[in-house]
Amino acid sequence: MIATAAGPGLMGLITVFVLAAFVGYEVISKVPSVLHTPLMSGTNAIHGIIIVGAMLVLGEAHGAAQVSLGFLAVILATLNVVGGFVVTDRMLEMFKAKPAARKPAAEASAAAAPGASETGGSNGAAS
Amino acid sequence: MSRATATDLVYLIAIVGFILALKGLSSPKRARLGNLAGATGMIIAVAWTFSLPEVHSNHRNLLLIIVGMVVGTAIAVPAARLVKMTAMPQMVAIFNGVGGGAAALVAVVSFIALPSKNIAIYKIVEILLGVLIGSVSFAGSAIAFAKLQELMTGRPITYPGQQAINGLVGLGILGLVIATIASPSTPLLLLVMALSLVLGVIFVLPIGGADVPVLISLLNAFTGLAVAASGFAINSTLLIVAGTLVGASGTLLTRMMSQAMGRSLPNILFSAFGSVITATGGEAGDASRPVRSGTPEDIAVLLAYARKVAIVPGYGLAVAQAQHTARELADALMERGVEVYYAIHPVAGRMPGHMNVLLAEANVPYDELKEMEEANPEMSTTDVALVVGANDTVNPAAKNTPGSPIYGMPIINVDETQNIVFMKRSMRPGFAGIDNDLLYDPKTTMLFGDAKDSLTKLVAAVKAA
Repeated sequence: MIATAAGPGLMGLITVFVLAAFVGYEVISKVPSVLHTPLMSGTNAIHGIIIVGAMLVLGEAHGAAQVSLGFLAVILATLNVVGGFVVTDRMLEMFKAKPAARKPAAEASAAAAPGASETGGSNGAAS
Repeated sequence: MSRATATDLVYLIAIVGFILALKGLSSPKRARLGNLAGATGMIIAVAWTFSLPEVHSNHRNLLLIIVGMVVGTAIAVPAARLVKMTAMPQMVAIFNGVGGGAAALVAVVSFIALPSKNIAIYKIVEILLGVLIGSVSFAGSAIAFAKLQELMTGRPITYPGQQAINGLVGLGILGLVIATIASPSTPLLLLVMALSLVLGVIFVLPIGGADVPVLISLLNAFTGLAVAASGFAINSTLLIVAGTLVGASGTLLTRMMSQAMGRSLPNILFSAFGSVITATGGEAGDASRPVRSGTPEDIAVLLAYARKVAIVPGYGLAVAQAQHTARELADALMERGVEVYYAIHPVAGRMPGHMNVLLAEANVPYDELKEMEEANPEMSTTDVALVVGANDTVNPAAKNTPGSPIYGMPIINVDETQNIVFMKRSMRPGFAGIDNDLLYDPKTTMLFGDAKDSLTKLVAAVKAA
């Protein structure tokens, strides 16, 4: 009906919108609260995709108003996307690397001193 | 393959990267890999966009794009690298805000660039949504940043007629939106933008510091939707999908966070929670009730000869940046054979999940961190609960006092342990302004002072014990 030769048309875009909403909802419904902060910062980085929109409008900009606002949009979007991914990576790096490096040491000390406590949390059951 | 098809295909690959990034976050093991997939998707999308004639045919504009990216990167990388982990919430707020601002600007520029303003209604609605939501997100995030960075008071800011004024601004925007739809023009659109910025500010002012993180999550979802709206405006499936993914996941995350606080989202946003100090739980907790306080040496002995100790960190630990010292204490105790675990409330710290990040920074393996559901069954067999700078998240009023403002909030049941040690700066109530009966409990010992100083003294005393 409204579809034009170029692009998927309004209905196509709305379909994509609705489906993406369900995917977004489903895909994070199992995120543990341990990771809520990285999740917030990770999704933050993803909406930095507005950088592509900023590139497109500045690329075709004419006149001072369009060029200056478009230029500002590119700077802001770059801050969003670069800052978002770097901060998220910094956080997740701490989550991943350290336990692997520390755990064997903790187990070794537990083994060396029998009767010493369990340091791991994997045995959640309190006897 | 035509260029348009190739573009769609490349953008589809980027989208898959974004979905993998979100999916990876369901476990700490795969999270970093997922984030890299997301970043790769982003780089692919940006690189391909450079190849489009719209972007590179005008050389001056192409140069400006590159300059803008260099400037943005030069600011963002050091900021993101150097920020302290305790300052993470405001960093996320500011990166979120600029994204919202960019989305609003993209919508504005795409409108100004239209050769004829006589366009289909749906088109102008899309542009308006991008401008409105993006501007609210930008201004709201800026205020949230100022609150968390303590550039302004963290207490809710209220004034007479606040609701009425907010309502009027909302109505004003609605009127302008209708006017813009009726006769689209750039000045009207810019007015919508200006008033939306005002709305963003006044919307956030009455929200208290400890609720701001939930707000940031909501504004994050807003920015996602603004990006999606701008995607509609410029016919970009890529922007629509990525923006909507964030909008939907951000909404769900916001809901999960408000559930963890035991409050509804409208209550968090509109009730100016914490603006008045109430004395609901207990008979106005002041000097009239006896409190037992101990020396670091007393408490060190209590800890050193315990079998099982729970460390319950809270906001105060984050503010004092005492996460490293807390780990030193845990290590010192573990060396003596004491079983130590961290019991983490979902909203401990300055942002949901924030405490986990802080303790991870202090090299605490994430399997020593127990989430509330996992920690609570252990409480009855725990000898000492060491509550460091937490208050509301352990207040039994949430279970026992139906009239209390925090009634219904899930808490860590430290009241079930044998001994409780509270490390606090003073007897002042926590953020919610509610007195905590547990502070006066016979099995409670208070250790007053800055969390970091007190922990340092405890570490020394435990080693000497």
